[in-house]
Amino acid sequence: MCSYIVKKAALAGSAKGPKGWMKIDTANIYYDHPYHAPFDHALGIDFVNEADGGRERVAVELSATAARELVRQILAALENGAKEHGLDGMSDDAPAYLT
Amino acid sequence: MAYQGLRANMVSFRGHDGFQSEAYYARPTRPGKIPGVVVIHHMPGFDEWITEIVRKFAHHGYAAIAPNLFARFGTGSPDDVTARARPLGGASDAEVMGDVAACMACLRCEPNASGHVGVIGFCSGGRHAYLAACTIPQIDAAVDCWGGRVIVNNPADITVKRPVPPIELTEKLSCPLLGIFGNDDKNPSPNDVNRTEETLKRFGKAYEFHRYDGAGHSFFDWNRPGYRPEQALDAWQKVFAFLDKHLVATRRQAA
Repeated sequence: MCSYIVKKAALAGSAKGPKGWMKIDTANIYYDHPYHAPFDHALGIDFVNEADGGRERVAVELSATAARELVRQILAALENGAKEHGLDGMSDDAPAYLT
Repeated sequence: MAYQGLRANMVSFRGHDGFQSEAYYARPTRPGKIPGVVVIHHMPGFDEWITEIVRKFAHHGYAAIAPNLFARFGTGSPDDVTARARPLGGASDAEVMGDVAACMACLRCEPNASGHVGVIGFCSGGRHAYLAACTIPQIDAAVDCWGGRVIVNNPADITVKRPVPPIELTEKLSCPLLGIFGNDDKNPSPNDVNRTEETLKRFGKAYEFHRYDGAGHSFFDWNRPGYRPEQALDAWQKVFAFLDKHLVATRRQAA
Protein backbone atom coordinates (compact mmCIF):
# COMPACT_ATOMS: atom_id res chain seq x y z
CA MET A 1 0.00 0.00 0.00
CA CYS A 2 1.11 3.60 -0.47
CA SER A 3 0.17 5.75 2.46
CA TYR A 4 0.82 9.00 4.23
CA ILE A 5 0.22 7.26 7.55
CA VAL A 6 3.16 8.12 9.78
CA LYS A 7 3.75 7.41 13.45
CA LYS A 8 5.84 10.06 15.12
CA ALA A 9 8.08 9.65 18.13
CA ALA A 10 9.38 12.70 19.95
CA LEU A 11 13.07 12.13 20.59
CA ALA A 12 16.01 13.60 22.40
CA GLY A 13 19.33 12.67 20.87
CA SER A 14 21.64 12.80 17.87
CA ALA A 15 22.11 10.98 14.60
CA LYS A 16 25.02 10.75 12.23
CA GLY A 17 24.45 11.07 8.48
CA PRO A 18 26.62 11.85 5.46
CA LYS A 19 27.20 15.42 6.73
CA GLY A 20 28.13 14.36 10.25
CA TRP A 21 26.30 14.50 13.56
CA MET A 22 23.01 16.32 13.86
CA LYS A 23 20.55 16.87 16.67
CA ILE A 24 17.28 14.98 16.21
CA ASP A 25 13.95 15.59 17.86
CA THR A 26 11.59 13.33 15.89
CA ALA A 27 11.39 9.92 14.32
CA ASN A 28 8.86 9.55 11.47
CA ILE A 29 7.98 5.87 11.33
CA TYR A 30 5.98 4.22 8.57
CA TYR A 31 5.37 0.87 6.92
CA ASP A 32 5.28 1.24 3.16
CA HIS A 33 7.15 0.57 -0.09
CA PRO A 34 10.89 1.14 0.47
CA TYR A 35 13.28 3.01 -1.80
CA HIS A 36 16.35 0.87 -1.37
CA ALA A 37 15.66 -2.20 0.75
CA PRO A 38 14.75 -5.15 -1.49
CA PHE A 39 11.29 -5.76 -0.05
CA ASP A 40 7.81 -4.96 -1.24
CA HIS A 41 7.15 -3.29 2.12
CA ALA A 42 9.53 -2.13 4.81
CA LEU A 43 9.50 -0.36 8.13
CA GLY A 44 10.93 3.08 7.44
CA ILE A 45 12.36 5.36 10.08
CA ASP A 46 13.40 8.92 9.28
CA PHE A 47 15.31 10.60 12.12
CA VAL A 48 14.88 14.37 11.71
CA ASN A 49 15.13 17.68 13.52
CA GLU A 50 11.71 19.20 12.99
CA ALA A 51 12.63 22.27 15.00
CA ASP A 52 15.20 23.04 12.29
CA GLY A 53 12.74 22.42 9.47
CA GLY A 54 13.31 18.71 9.04
CA ARG A 55 15.18 19.03 5.73
CA GLU A 56 17.95 16.60 6.64
CA ARG A 57 17.29 13.05 7.75
CA VAL A 58 19.01 9.85 8.71
CA ALA A 59 16.91 7.07 7.21
CA VAL A 60 16.66 3.32 7.62
CA GLU A 61 14.45 0.75 5.89
CA LEU A 62 13.97 -2.60 7.60
CA SER A 63 12.01 -5.75 6.95
CA ALA A 64 9.15 -6.28 9.40
CA THR A 65 11.07 -9.14 11.02
CA ALA A 66 14.19 -7.03 11.38
CA ALA A 67 12.19 -4.14 12.84
CA ARG A 68 10.67 -6.38 15.52
CA GLU A 69 14.11 -7.81 16.31
CA LEU A 70 15.44 -4.27 16.60
CA VAL A 71 12.71 -3.39 19.09
CA ARG A 72 13.60 -6.44 21.19
CA GLN A 73 17.32 -5.66 21.16
CA ILE A 74 16.74 -1.98 21.95
CA LEU A 75 14.80 -2.96 25.06
CA ALA A 76 17.42 -5.57 25.96
CA ALA A 77 20.24 -3.06 25.55
CA LEU A 78 18.46 -0.56 27.79
CA GLU A 79 17.91 -3.18 30.48
CA ASN A 80 21.44 -4.56 30.35
CA GLY A 81 22.98 -1.11 30.12
CA ALA A 82 21.06 0.08 33.11
CA LYS A 83 22.41 -2.83 35.17
CA GLU A 84 25.98 -2.29 33.96
CA HIS A 85 25.92 1.39 34.81
CA GLY A 86 23.94 1.14 38.02
CA LEU A 87 21.04 3.11 36.57
CA ASP A 88 17.37 2.44 36.97
CA GLY A 89 17.07 2.30 33.16
CA MET A 90 13.73 4.10 33.08
CA SER A 91 14.78 7.75 33.15
CA ASP A 92 16.92 9.82 30.85
CA ASP A 93 20.15 11.26 32.19
CA ALA A 94 19.95 14.00 29.59
CA PRO A 95 19.90 17.65 30.65
CA ALA A 96 16.39 18.80 31.42
CA TYR A 97 16.29 21.21 28.46
CA LEU A 98 16.58 18.25 26.05
CA THR A 99 13.59 16.31 27.44
CA MET B 1 13.35 -0.05 -37.63
CA ALA B 2 12.73 3.71 -37.57
CA TYR B 3 12.28 4.64 -33.92
CA GLN B 4 10.54 7.83 -32.91
CA GLY B 5 12.91 10.67 -32.13
CA LEU B 6 12.07 12.62 -29.01
CA ARG B 7 13.08 15.60 -26.96
CA ALA B 8 12.89 15.71 -23.17
CA ASN B 9 13.65 18.39 -20.62
CA MET B 10 12.48 20.06 -17.41
CA VAL B 11 10.00 22.92 -17.78
CA SER B 12 8.45 25.48 -15.45
CA PHE B 13 4.74 26.09 -15.15
CA ARG B 14 2.34 27.96 -12.89
CA GLY B 15 0.29 25.43 -10.98
CA HIS B 16 -2.40 25.63 -8.36
CA ASP B 17 -2.68 29.07 -6.73
CA GLY B 18 -0.02 30.36 -9.12
CA PHE B 19 2.72 28.27 -7.54
CA GLN B 20 5.83 28.30 -9.73
CA SER B 21 6.39 24.61 -10.23
CA GLU B 22 8.30 22.24 -12.47
CA ALA B 23 7.55 19.28 -14.70
CA TYR B 24 9.34 16.76 -16.87
CA TYR B 25 8.22 17.06 -20.49
CA ALA B 26 8.95 14.73 -23.39
CA ARG B 27 7.52 14.83 -26.91
CA PRO B 28 8.15 13.33 -30.33
CA THR B 29 10.17 15.37 -32.80
CA ARG B 30 8.14 14.21 -35.81
CA PRO B 31 6.01 16.74 -37.70
CA GLY B 32 2.23 16.77 -37.46
CA LYS B 33 -0.34 17.09 -34.71
CA ILE B 34 0.47 15.30 -31.47
CA PRO B 35 -1.90 14.25 -28.67
CA GLY B 36 -0.96 14.92 -25.06
CA VAL B 37 -0.88 12.99 -21.79
CA VAL B 38 -0.40 14.29 -18.27
CA VAL B 39 1.45 11.69 -16.21
CA ILE B 40 0.57 11.85 -12.51
CA HIS B 41 3.35 10.40 -10.38
CA HIS B 42 3.09 7.83 -7.66
CA MET B 43 3.50 8.30 -3.96
CA PRO B 44 7.25 7.46 -3.97
CA GLY B 45 7.54 10.79 -5.71
CA PHE B 46 8.88 12.60 -8.78
CA ASP B 47 11.53 9.98 -9.42
CA GLU B 48 13.56 8.51 -12.26
CA TRP B 49 10.88 5.90 -13.01
CA ILE B 50 8.35 8.64 -13.77
CA THR B 51 10.78 10.30 -16.19
CA GLU B 52 11.14 6.92 -17.92
CA ILE B 53 7.35 6.66 -18.19
CA VAL B 54 7.15 10.15 -19.68
CA ARG B 55 9.76 9.24 -22.28
CA LYS B 56 7.89 6.00 -22.99
CA PHE B 57 4.82 8.02 -23.94
CA ALA B 58 6.90 10.25 -26.20
CA HIS B 59 8.37 7.14 -27.80
CA HIS B 60 4.79 6.04 -28.53
CA GLY B 61 3.88 9.36 -30.17
CA TYR B 62 2.48 11.43 -27.29
CA ALA B 63 3.57 14.73 -25.80
CA ALA B 64 3.79 13.76 -22.14
CA ILE B 65 4.29 15.93 -19.10
CA ALA B 66 4.65 14.94 -15.45
CA PRO B 67 4.28 17.72 -12.88
CA ASN B 68 6.36 17.47 -9.72
CA LEU B 69 3.50 17.26 -7.22
CA PHE B 70 5.99 17.45 -4.31
CA ALA B 71 7.70 20.64 -5.53
CA ARG B 72 6.09 22.51 -2.64
CA PHE B 73 8.20 20.41 -0.24
CA GLY B 74 11.52 21.70 -1.50
CA THR B 75 14.40 20.30 -3.46
CA GLY B 76 16.61 17.28 -3.09
CA SER B 77 16.67 13.64 -4.06
CA PRO B 78 13.17 12.21 -4.72
CA ASP B 79 13.24 10.00 -1.63
CA ASP B 80 14.35 12.86 0.63
CA VAL B 81 11.62 15.14 -0.75
CA THR B 82 9.00 12.43 -0.31
CA ALA B 83 10.25 11.87 3.25
CA ARG B 84 9.41 15.53 3.89
CA ALA B 85 6.04 15.27 2.15
CA ARG B 86 4.94 12.06 3.86
CA PRO B 87 4.40 13.31 7.46
CA LEU B 88 2.69 16.42 6.09
CA GLY B 89 0.19 14.40 4.08
CA GLY B 90 1.66 15.12 0.67
CA ALA B 91 0.03 17.47 -1.81
CA SER B 92 -3.65 18.28 -1.37
CA ASP B 93 -6.22 17.19 -3.94
CA ALA B 94 -6.78 20.87 -4.79
CA GLU B 95 -3.06 21.35 -5.45
CA VAL B 96 -2.81 18.23 -7.59
CA MET B 97 -5.90 19.05 -9.63
CA GLY B 98 -4.65 22.60 -10.15
CA ASP B 99 -1.24 21.37 -11.28
CA VAL B 100 -2.76 18.74 -13.60
CA ALA B 101 -5.12 21.28 -15.18
CA ALA B 102 -2.22 23.68 -15.70
CA CYS B 103 -0.18 20.96 -17.42
CA MET B 104 -3.14 20.08 -19.64
CA ALA B 105 -3.28 23.73 -20.70
CA CYS B 106 0.46 23.65 -21.41
CA LEU B 107 0.00 20.66 -23.70
CA ARG B 108 -2.88 22.31 -25.57
CA CYS B 109 -0.89 25.52 -26.02
CA GLU B 110 1.84 23.80 -28.00
CA PRO B 111 1.73 24.78 -31.72
CA ASN B 112 1.63 21.13 -32.81
CA ALA B 113 -0.96 20.00 -30.25
CA SER B 114 -3.79 17.91 -31.66
CA GLY B 115 -6.07 19.22 -28.92
CA HIS B 116 -6.65 15.77 -27.43
CA VAL B 117 -5.35 15.35 -23.89
CA GLY B 118 -5.54 12.41 -21.50
CA VAL B 119 -4.34 11.77 -17.98
CA ILE B 120 -2.69 8.70 -16.54
CA GLY B 121 -1.72 8.14 -12.93
CA PHE B 122 0.04 5.43 -10.94
CA CYS B 123 -0.64 4.51 -7.30
CA SER B 124 -1.83 7.72 -5.60
CA GLY B 125 -1.62 9.15 -9.11
CA GLY B 126 -4.22 6.62 -10.21
CA ARG B 127 -6.58 8.01 -7.59
CA HIS B 128 -5.72 11.49 -8.85
CA ALA B 129 -6.48 10.42 -12.45
CA TYR B 130 -9.92 9.22 -11.33
CA LEU B 131 -10.47 12.47 -9.42
CA ALA B 132 -9.33 14.53 -12.41
CA ALA B 133 -11.75 12.70 -14.71
CA CYS B 134 -14.55 13.71 -12.32
CA THR B 135 -13.54 17.31 -11.71
CA ILE B 136 -11.45 18.73 -14.58
CA PRO B 137 -13.23 19.54 -17.84
CA GLN B 138 -11.97 18.62 -21.31
CA ILE B 139 -10.11 15.45 -20.43
CA ASP B 140 -10.48 13.07 -23.35
CA ALA B 141 -9.41 9.88 -21.58
CA ALA B 142 -8.23 8.87 -18.11
CA VAL B 143 -6.18 5.90 -16.95
CA ASP B 144 -6.16 4.78 -13.32
CA CYS B 145 -3.27 2.41 -12.59
CA TRP B 146 -3.94 0.74 -9.22
CA GLY B 147 -5.13 3.93 -7.53
CA GLY B 148 -5.88 3.23 -3.88
CA ARG B 149 -8.48 5.11 -1.84
CA VAL B 150 -10.81 5.84 -4.72
CA ILE B 151 -13.03 3.93 -2.31
CA VAL B 152 -12.30 5.04 1.27
CA ASN B 153 -12.70 2.28 3.84
CA ASN B 154 -11.04 4.04 6.78
CA PRO B 155 -12.63 7.35 7.86
CA ALA B 156 -9.17 8.50 8.97
CA ASP B 157 -8.28 8.70 5.26
CA ILE B 158 -10.71 11.60 4.87
CA THR B 159 -8.47 14.58 5.61
CA VAL B 160 -8.34 18.31 4.98
CA LYS B 161 -6.05 17.58 2.03
CA ARG B 162 -8.24 14.76 0.68
CA PRO B 163 -11.77 15.72 1.80
CA VAL B 164 -13.89 13.81 -0.72
CA PRO B 165 -13.49 10.17 -1.73
CA PRO B 166 -13.29 10.16 -5.53
CA ILE B 167 -15.93 7.44 -5.72
CA GLU B 168 -18.49 9.97 -4.46
CA LEU B 169 -17.85 12.09 -7.55
CA THR B 170 -18.32 9.28 -10.08
CA GLU B 171 -21.57 10.73 -11.43
CA LYS B 172 -19.49 13.62 -12.77
CA LEU B 173 -16.94 11.41 -14.56
CA SER B 174 -16.72 13.08 -17.95
CA CYS B 175 -14.46 10.88 -20.08
CA PRO B 176 -13.78 7.20 -20.80
CA LEU B 177 -11.82 5.54 -18.01
CA LEU B 178 -9.31 2.69 -18.17
CA GLY B 179 -8.41 0.88 -14.96
CA ILE B 180 -5.38 -1.39 -14.49
CA PHE B 181 -5.24 -3.47 -11.29
CA GLY B 182 -3.35 -6.37 -9.78
CA ASN B 183 -5.53 -8.95 -8.09
CA ASP B 184 -2.95 -9.40 -5.30
CA ASP B 185 -3.07 -5.70 -4.44
CA LYS B 186 -4.42 -4.73 -1.00
CA ASN B 187 -5.04 -1.08 -1.83
CA PRO B 188 -7.04 -1.14 -3.94
CA SER B 189 -8.20 -4.61 -3.06
CA PRO B 190 -10.18 -6.70 -5.56
CA ASN B 191 -13.28 -5.85 -3.53
CA ASP B 192 -12.50 -2.13 -3.78
CA VAL B 193 -12.20 -2.52 -7.56
CA ASN B 194 -15.51 -4.45 -7.64
CA ARG B 195 -17.23 -1.61 -5.78
CA THR B 196 -15.71 0.99 -8.10
CA GLU B 197 -16.91 -0.97 -11.10
CA GLU B 198 -20.43 -1.26 -9.66
CA THR B 199 -20.53 2.51 -9.19
CA LEU B 200 -19.35 3.16 -12.74
CA LYS B 201 -22.03 0.81 -14.08
CA ARG B 202 -24.70 2.42 -11.92
CA PHE B 203 -23.97 5.80 -13.48
CA GLY B 204 -23.64 4.39 -17.00
CA LYS B 205 -20.02 5.49 -17.41
CA ALA B 206 -17.73 4.38 -20.23
CA TYR B 207 -14.98 2.34 -18.66
CA GLU B 208 -12.70 -0.60 -19.23
CA PHE B 209 -11.01 -2.51 -16.37
CA HIS B 210 -8.19 -5.03 -16.69
CA ARG B 211 -7.30 -7.07 -13.64
CA TYR B 212 -4.22 -9.24 -13.47
CA ASP B 213 -3.63 -12.43 -11.51
CA GLY B 214 -0.21 -12.83 -9.96
CA ALA B 215 0.30 -9.09 -9.78
CA GLY B 216 0.07 -6.73 -6.84
CA HIS B 217 0.58 -3.03 -6.36
CA SER B 218 2.82 -1.14 -8.76
CA PHE B 219 3.51 -4.13 -10.99
CA PHE B 220 4.71 -1.88 -13.83
CA ASP B 221 7.71 -0.65 -11.82
CA TRP B 222 10.79 -2.55 -12.95
CA ASN B 223 12.77 -1.18 -10.00
CA ARG B 224 10.60 -2.99 -7.47
CA PRO B 225 10.28 -6.61 -6.39
CA GLY B 226 6.61 -6.37 -7.37
CA TYR B 227 7.46 -5.98 -11.06
CA ARG B 228 5.59 -8.51 -13.18
CA PRO B 229 6.90 -8.35 -16.75
CA GLU B 230 4.28 -10.53 -18.42
CA GLN B 231 1.35 -8.71 -16.87
CA ALA B 232 3.00 -5.31 -17.36
CA LEU B 233 3.64 -5.91 -21.06
CA ASP B 234 0.02 -6.90 -21.61
CA ALA B 235 -1.28 -3.97 -19.57
CA TRP B 236 0.86 -1.46 -21.46
CA GLN B 237 -0.68 -2.73 -24.68
CA LYS B 238 -4.11 -2.09 -23.14
CA VAL B 239 -3.04 1.42 -22.11
CA PHE B 240 -1.82 2.38 -25.57
CA ALA B 241 -4.78 0.79 -27.35
CA PHE B 242 -7.13 2.78 -25.10
CA LEU B 243 -5.29 6.08 -25.50
CA ASP B 244 -4.84 5.59 -29.25
CA LYS B 245 -8.59 5.04 -29.54
CA HIS B 246 -9.58 8.12 -27.55
CA LEU B 247 -6.75 10.55 -28.24
CA VAL B 248 -5.57 9.69 -31.74
CA ALA B 249 -8.43 8.11 -33.66
CA THR B 250 -11.01 10.67 -32.52
CA ARG B 251 -10.66 13.98 -34.35
CA ARG B 252 -11.46 17.26 -32.76
CA GLN B 253 -10.56 20.87 -33.40
CA ALA B 254 -7.62 22.03 -31.34
CA ALA B 255 -8.68 24.44 -28.59
